[in-house]
Amino acid sequence: MFPPITLEILVLCLGLLLLLVESFTNNPDKRILAKCAILGLLCLFIGSFFVEGNPALESIAPGSFWHFYSADSAALFFKRIALLTTVGVLIMSMDYQQVLAKFIPSSRPGAGLGEFFCLPLFTCTGLMFMASATDLILAFVALELVTISFYVLVAYMRGNAATLEAGVKYLILGALSTGFVVYGITWIFGLTGETNLAKVATKLALLEGSDTAILFSLLLVLVGLGFKVAAVPFQGWVPDVYQGAPTPVTAFLSIGSKSAGFLLLLRVLEPFLGVASIQAKVLCILTLIAGATLLFGNLAALTQDNFKRLLAYSSIGHAGYLLVAVASIGTKASSFGSIGSTIGFYLFGYLLMTLLSFLVLNIVSIHSRGDDIIQFNGLAKRSPFLAYALLASMSSLAGIPFTVGFYGKFLVFAQAINAHQYVLLALGIITVAAGFYFYLRVVAAMWWQDPAIVTPIPISPLTKIAIVLLVAGIFIFGVCPKPILTLLSPLAAL
Amino acid sequence: MLTILLLVPIIGAIALLSGNGDRRMAKLCAAIQAAITLVLWFGYDRTKAGFQFTSASDPLLPGLDLRFALGVDGLSLLLLLLTSIVTLAAFWMAPNVEKRPGLFDACVLLISAGITGAFISQDLFFFYAFHELALIPTFLMIGIWGSGERQSAAWKITIYLALGSIILLIGLVDLFLAIPEANRSFDLEKLQALAGLHIIPVQAQLRPWCFLMVGFGVLVSLFPFHSWAPSGYASAPTPVAMLHAGVLKKFGLYGIIRLVVPLLPDASKQVVFGSWTALDLLLIALLGNILYVGLVTLAQRKLDYIIAYSSVMHMGYIFLGIASLNMIGLSGASLLMFSHGLSVAALFAICGALRDREGSLSLERLGGAAKALPFLGICFTLATFASIGLPGFANFASEVMVFFGAFQNPGNSFIRLATILSLWGVVISAVYMLRAHKSVFLGQPTDSSTKWVDLTGTPRIALGALLTLLLLGGFFPKYFLSYLKPTLEAVLR
Repeated sequence: MFPPITLEILVLCLGLLLLLVESFTNNPDKRILAKCAILGLLCLFIGSFFVEGNPALESIAPGSFWHFYSADSAALFFKRIALLTTVGVLIMSMDYQQVLAKFIPSSRPGAGLGEFFCLPLFTCTGLMFMASATDLILAFVALELVTISFYVLVAYMRGNAATLEAGVKYLILGALSTGFVVYGITWIFGLTGETNLAKVATKLALLEGSDTAILFSLLLVLVGLGFKVAAVPFQGWVPDVYQGAPTPVTAFLSIGSKSAGFLLLLRVLEPFLGVASIQAKVLCILTLIAGATLLFGNLAALTQDNFKRLLAYSSIGHAGYLLVAVASIGTKASSFGSIGSTIGFYLFGYLLMTLLSFLVLNIVSIHSRGDDIIQFNGLAKRSPFLAYALLASMSSLAGIPFTVGFYGKFLVFAQAINAHQYVLLALGIITVAAGFYFYLRVVAAMWWQDPAIVTPIPISPLTKIAIVLLVAGIFIFGVCPKPILTLLSPLAAL
Repeated sequence: MLTILLLVPIIGAIALLSGNGDRRMAKLCAAIQAAITLVLWFGYDRTKAGFQFTSASDPLLPGLDLRFALGVDGLSLLLLLLTSIVTLAAFWMAPNVEKRPGLFDACVLLISAGITGAFISQDLFFFYAFHELALIPTFLMIGIWGSGERQSAAWKITIYLALGSIILLIGLVDLFLAIPEANRSFDLEKLQALAGLHIIPVQAQLRPWCFLMVGFGVLVSLFPFHSWAPSGYASAPTPVAMLHAGVLKKFGLYGIIRLVVPLLPDASKQVVFGSWTALDLLLIALLGNILYVGLVTLAQRKLDYIIAYSSVMHMGYIFLGIASLNMIGLSGASLLMFSHGLSVAALFAICGALRDREGSLSLERLGGAAKALPFLGICFTLATFASIGLPGFANFASEVMVFFGAFQNPGNSFIRLATILSLWGVVISAVYMLRAHKSVFLGQPTDSSTKWVDLTGTPRIALGALLTLLLLGGFFPKYFLSYLKPTLEAVLR
């Protein structure tokens, strides 16, 4: 048993160490760095099951570190999500190296590639800190660590115009949203004189007659977090950035950024929902955002011909389902566990299926002419293994039973029915049907059409193992979700 | 036992998908399935209500009584028998495919596994989940091996059924949450035990009733949610059409008898708008099935569309039996599920055999086929008679019970009118089926028909088995009803 903060420290050290090794060695094949990183992260993932929990509340000295850092079950769970996502992203990056090399002007082979394998570690550190943050200052600093390392990663292929466009878009909108968050935090501090969320909660509940100010501060923070989780109307950057960024980075943005964003959203919302006089208004705002996100994400995805863009809209759509769960927060206890565990489970499922689709997309697009859905035509003939893997992830994303995606949707809908969110349910019915169409379009392309290119697709052993594990995870946790929910069940929050 | 029943087709499908085995192995799986079903059928204790051959896992969700639980009672056993027989027949009547034969057989096995799982699940969650297992294989099969407008048909059937399923899911959760906390369970037997206790307040019954009726209604192709069915069945490869129209569609009806009738008995009397009660609306919908779809069937010029529309039309009778809410009507409805499944599977099998020979099934292109295909001709005649509901076939016995049951219902005056109107459906179906029979099998043989070869060997047995069961059901309905009686009594308590 060791203190939980060790995890973040070790990831950070690993990143720094690899960065140093990168600059002092001449080996043109930088993939060894990724292999070391994967090994280290997997060790830490196992280690995360052996960390100490939070100390008892009474024993925390004033001003101690535990006032802004928490190692509750939710934090640990999201740290594991961050670690696994990073591993997946690194595996993808190794395959992606050949594409990277094409777009990075360099004097000698392998120059400028090494950082691509080190930077995700810093993002991971940020995500892990974000999961543990119970103080607005730490949350903000962690958020910035994530965002800044993403600025570099998104624009990494500097020879590619689309990537540069994505980089600039992400930089400007990311900075803007950060501004909103900071402004929101100052308002909260101004109202309560506190940045610790638990203390903010007690102070907010005692405030009287300042409903407008409280709502305004929450709104500012919501705008900032809305950017991170890709909620409508703050989703504008998503399709272009997702399409332009290197595929592994897109996967990272879509999974890591979103999961940490949702946990932070839940943590920030909790004190505000404790204020009885504004609770109805907050839920109304959340319902509006959830409904708009659901509809926009899923309906706009219908007409996409580019698979990466499709996944971008799908990512918005799934943010919509998650927001439906958030908007179902209520006073009434539910038979289906807490909202927090529903969201945790959904995000875990989302991790498995999205990572799997990006892994397959990554390999297929490297060995085809781009990442349009047409490139997947006849994949069942070219590479049955990849086709079945993608079938599993598409079924799961569409929400077919016996996959994690279905259990996640089932829990979300159950929470919404429990909270009598019938408008959101009606929208949910429409969007699920829409989802079936655009996810199955990929399946139809793979089986109904004939391939344009017939060359078989080579798959590296590491990728193969990752794909097999993800497919197994999708089905195993789709039939028996209990292990995940048990990990999440001590989650008292919400 | 039930676990093995479920695992056999799934393992078979996985083996086929990974490139091992061929049609023979698929047939073997279907045969094992049928053998196990027969053992269950004869080993089942008919005198007892409740589930038998049960097995259950530990709870799968913390804090909820949700288990992977299997079990059969009289109703599910009857439908299981239907599933196994139709699967077996489907494999023997399946055309030889050149394109990816392994995937074809695996998909059929998966569809069969899905239906089997839905009928033998004793848990609400898996009851629902297994049904959707058939969705993707159906999508792939119609898209790859279908005929006619296969792609649009595949999209239509998949999106429509997905939509129906999600409405159904919401209805199921709503029903679950309407039950007082102390009695909540996913176990169908425990839910069944709540029948007659009126445990859900009367005013809280209507909302889940509407969700469930629309959800199940889409899956059963209840008017006006039926438009996916004709094009889907007409384009589907033979085994899919047989399994889908014959068996999978019965899932919705099974669900209504299992859940809606016992748990929401008062909903049908509630006023929805104006002076229309929920039952009145259901009656209008089922009259739409019988009369409107019946007349649409009359206008069809292609054999596959005629059979597809007629299968939609016959769902109206089953709904009428369920709407009667009495023993005789429900027994009729349950038996009709069985007999309609057999007859429509036989009709689609013959239809598929004709398509293999001619390619197009429009009535103008066919004629005098009985000369070249005497065996198929006789089978088609018998299946036609069964489908119309001629005495001697199980369809007759069940339809008579449905009409008696519905007419007897004292609570609602509209249902008598509806019954009288529904009787005209029999006339309509006689017209279109006999006309189809005349123009396909009788008259002047077409040029191409002289080269045709009749069915030989095991396909004959497969087709014969379907028809024999229909005759058995027609002559000894009491034997089949003895399986249903304790179950339905528990439902109606």
